[in-house]
Amino acid sequence: MNHRVAIPSPLRSYCAGAATVTVACAGDSPSLRDVLAALESDYPGIRFRMLDEQGHLRPHIKVFVAADVERDLAVRVPPGADIMIVAALSGG
Amino acid sequence: MARTAAKHPAVKRTEAPKRTRLLIATRKGLWTLTTDGARRTWKLAGPQFLGNIVHHAMLDPRDGKTLLVAARTGHLGPTVFRSTDNGRTWKEAVTPPAFDAGSGRVVDHTFWLTPGHASQPGVWFAGTSPQGLFRSDDGGANWKGVAGFNAHPQRKAWCGGDQDGTPDGPKLHSILVDPRDAAHMYISMSSGGTFESNDGGADWHPLNQGVRADFQPNPDLEYGHDPHCVRFAAGNPDRLYMQNHCGLFRLDRPATRWTDIGTGMPKAVGYVGFPMVPHPHDPNSAWIFPMDGTDVWPRISPGGKPAAYRTRDGGKTWKRQADGMPKSQAWWTVKRQAMTVDRFPVAGVYFGTTSGEVWGTRDEGRSWKCLAAHLPHIYAIESV
Repeated sequence: MNHRVAIPSPLRSYCAGAATVTVACAGDSPSLRDVLAALESDYPGIRFRMLDEQGHLRPHIKVFVAADVERDLAVRVPPGADIMIVAALSGG
Repeated sequence: MARTAAKHPAVKRTEAPKRTRLLIATRKGLWTLTTDGARRTWKLAGPQFLGNIVHHAMLDPRDGKTLLVAARTGHLGPTVFRSTDNGRTWKEAVTPPAFDAGSGRVVDHTFWLTPGHASQPGVWFAGTSPQGLFRSDDGGANWKGVAGFNAHPQRKAWCGGDQDGTPDGPKLHSILVDPRDAAHMYISMSSGGTFESNDGGADWHPLNQGVRADFQPNPDLEYGHDPHCVRFAAGNPDRLYMQNHCGLFRLDRPATRWTDIGTGMPKAVGYVGFPMVPHPHDPNSAWIFPMDGTDVWPRISPGGKPAAYRTRDGGKTWKRQADGMPKSQAWWTVKRQAMTVDRFPVAGVYFGTTSGEVWGTRDEGRSWKCLAAHLPHIYAIESV
């Protein structure tokens, strides 16, 4: 199943500047972790900038699955659902 | 232990370099300042990595063309960028410094980069926040934790928790590799103290006798100190200079007890600061840049009157050097990696300020000049 992933500007250098990419995952309902692994496979290096070495999303990165914010990487991604990665708005 | 002087390159005054380049790591990217042999005019170039928080940039002196940059952004995780053509092109490390999965520890940023021993081309060491020691064997492309430190059974006792330490996060810094012996190393931590390894990092032991830790209930500790910067004296890796949270110290090996060399500082200025910069040729000479460590630790130049201080006698006495610097109302200071020297026979000394100015002297501190202004907060300067 393919999923469209919206890439925030700080991460687009890994995707040749693309604002949206499509990744292929095995099965109809992969976990969010699987989708991000597929993203890393296509665009090496991108995962460690979003996830720390313990596999957790970094504090200022948010991920939407369809319309919902998810921090649990085990959550299942519905068939065909879009993913949106956001560099959170913070600071002054 | 005794290490023969014969293994160590002879101390000599080198010929004047044809040029000097300063690598200026800032909170918003990397800049360079370049000058010719006269050191009268400087050319500012940059930024590279605009928007990245660059904690350190370092040239590999073994090949003269490999540059590493420790960077992160406000949103993204830490990484290392590397160039093998002196900064013209860059690639990101394939495997940046990161703690082992399952350890529960997370690298916030890579803080310090040190090229390895001359006999080990391609080897680099990195110190991180929180305190971690990492090694690359391929010129910075892939990094692995030094298990002898990161997994040492005493590490947590030495360092405290990952949330403890300085306001910008606890750090491992001042990675020193003995030029006579690749297996002999020192590291320092804020906080944690200074540690020594005689086996290339497989094991470590504390080396803090005589160093104050006024912030601890028991100030005479084996570890838990806060060295801000530790450097080898010029041409003498048996002498170490330390700028500490609680003073200035010198260690002459094989002794294991540090000597207090802060007593010669004026009381009104104190002995607190971040950088410690030995002279490039004279092992008795070094510079420091004091800051206000009183009251709530403002971390600015004492009284708004910035000045460097220099010793020529191993720290017995210190002389104020501020000619050319603002005489009042200058509220910046200099971070621990943001002061350096060049290799000229009459040394140039350079520092970058928290207000984004680069200052330099080409007469060993007799007169200072602002070389660049309006840069972001400067974290580190290296002269290459």
